[in-house]
Amino acid sequence: MKDAYDVVVVGAGPGGSNTAKAAAENGLDVLLLEKRPEIGAPKRCGEGFSVNGAKTLGIKPDPRWTINEIWGANIVAPNGKRVSVRYDNQVGWVIERKMFDKLLAIEAARAGAEVLAKSEVVGLIMQDGFVKGVEVERHGERFSVEAKIVVAADGVESKVARWAGINSTQKLVDIDSAYQYEMVVDLEEPDMLDLYFGNDIAPRGYVWVFPKGKDIANVGIGIGGNVSTKTAKQYLDEWIAKHEPFNEGRIIEVNAGGVPVGAPLEKLVGNGLMIVGDAAHQVNAIHGGGVFEASFAGQIAGRVAAEAIEKGDVSEAALMKYDKEWRAARGEILHRIYKLRRAIEQLSDADLNYLAEELTGEDVVAFANGERLAKLAKILMKRPHLIKAAKELM
Amino acid sequence: MPRKVDYDLCMSCGGCVGVCPFLALTLEHGIKLIVDEEKCTDCGSCTKFCPVGAIKEA
Repeated sequence: MKDAYDVVVVGAGPGGSNTAKAAAENGLDVLLLEKRPEIGAPKRCGEGFSVNGAKTLGIKPDPRWTINEIWGANIVAPNGKRVSVRYDNQVGWVIERKMFDKLLAIEAARAGAEVLAKSEVVGLIMQDGFVKGVEVERHGERFSVEAKIVVAADGVESKVARWAGINSTQKLVDIDSAYQYEMVVDLEEPDMLDLYFGNDIAPRGYVWVFPKGKDIANVGIGIGGNVSTKTAKQYLDEWIAKHEPFNEGRIIEVNAGGVPVGAPLEKLVGNGLMIVGDAAHQVNAIHGGGVFEASFAGQIAGRVAAEAIEKGDVSEAALMKYDKEWRAARGEILHRIYKLRRAIEQLSDADLNYLAEELTGEDVVAFANGERLAKLAKILMKRPHLIKAAKELM
Repeated sequence: MPRKVDYDLCMSCGGCVGVCPFLALTLEHGIKLIVDEEKCTDCGSCTKFCPVGAIKEA
């Protein structure tokens, strides 16, 4: 490894690896750093990923991570009413993140990026208002690495952007507290995602069952970071205790994590700095998925980094091209989804039960993608106490 | 008094690090959660967030 690179990417999740790969493919000298000893582990993810998302990203499905096909979803209201949708074609997978993330990092390496696991960035080199590099700790050694651009892809626990003076703190109202068991359990419909809603079940969130095969599933929960005195683990354990066959499930893995469900950061760049993925709050605020968003942003960031370095200008103004391109493609839609989240979290269980009577499964999936919101607003308007929530959608 | 980590419970997920408004938490090597006692203001954001109840009042 050298002491200077064009780009240093902090964090080898999907955002960081896609950034590193795109930057290397565009001719840059890239270093991708991961503080954990193993890229992709431990997972902090329900592992749903859509076929459309993979197509948009140009990621070729690989049997090492496309471990279970998904054809639809069952959405369960607080009163137990199921709203289902099964499509005529496969819509997604439950993936193996440990392989998915690792293969992305391998692709970045094959594109020419240097990749280094168990290497922790502990500080930034700042000079004249520009980020100029990183301080790294590796196996008890501490050293500096210079960079023309540093990419903060350091996840929900991001500090890099904050060290550079950009306030990317995750507010409690805009983060979900999540907990999950991967378990061996007999499943009725291994090709469907199950989502359970209710303020007693999972305040401001939901319980999910994402099958990874005929008899394996991620059974998890996300709840609002500010809404309860009980923990996500307590809520999930209570739900599992009441639901066969999950109460008999054999636990093979336990996961926890934070999910940024606020609006994306207002500014994704600084002088010599780009912010990507969970660190930039680039997450679908309704379903909490971030793999697609981070990957999509990373591909733009890597390309723009190459353009900026070629022109010899890594100022905030030059790097804004990433911000603008990303916002044009994803910013507006993620904002719409964020507004939907703020509206939905005002609903009581009675309201959710009412929606389950009025909506189809296709509607719910469309909402999660920020579509058909006018239809939702119209249905909410029929109940006087929901007019305020409906207006927030429009 | 700064917050205390119960290492029997902590999952090293790092969510609290992002939540802390004072940059008082570090997930060292991605494994061990450290509270910087100088920076911690005992605001309790990390405790409210924690999915497993691992961060406690001292």
